[in-house]
Amino acid sequence: MDIKVLGPGCPKCKQTEEIVRQAVADSGVDAQVEKVTGVMDIAAFGVFGTPAVVIDGQVKSVGKVPSKKDVLAWLGK
Amino acid sequence: MSDSCCNTTSKSADCCSPDGNVMLLACSGGSNVGQLANQACMELTQEGFGKMYCLAGIGGELSGFVASAKDVPRMVVLDGCEVGCAKAIFNKAGVPLRGYVVLTDLGIGKNKNFNLDRAALEKVKDAACQAAQGQS
Repeated sequence: MDIKVLGPGCPKCKQTEEIVRQAVADSGVDAQVEKVTGVMDIAAFGVFGTPAVVIDGQVKSVGKVPSKKDVLAWLGK
Repeated sequence: MSDSCCNTTSKSADCCSPDGNVMLLACSGGSNVGQLANQACMELTQEGFGKMYCLAGIGGELSGFVASAKDVPRMVVLDGCEVGCAKAIFNKAGVPLRGYVVLTDLGIGKNKNFNLDRAALEKVKDAACQAAQGQS
């Protein structure tokens, strides 16, 4: 599973990355988590704001910090 | 600078807050009202009230656009006429419609004159500002 956290480095983006990494660890899912910080790289996903979470190419949330429960659901747990 | 409620120099007590976080979407259709919707979104973006966003991306059901429309706190969707193309796109993509304005409901007649009327444009911008109010 390929997970991307989109965000230039704001506190909410860092918080989102931490929650995603925690959820991945808790779930036991085999996943790579990548932080995407480049403005043009983020723009390529068409998101209106950050943070955003992308799982296997599908944008799951935009402009808010997801809960760990949300992320676990996206991971199928 | 226009005299719309989004003008930061406006004296209107009802002036809406131009915090820049409002998603602005227009049908951008092939009539005066479609292009008035487009122009209103452009000017409100330039004035800092919100940010114009791509309705075609939602129509194409691209996940970044659909997720953005679902998650944004405030939005304004401008349809030029009662045909409701923007509304139909939202329905198809499964995105709840908020801040919805139909320009012909404002008393603006639909035609093919693309020399846009400034008074009509200001009326659309005011309606867009009002539509954004009350959303969380």
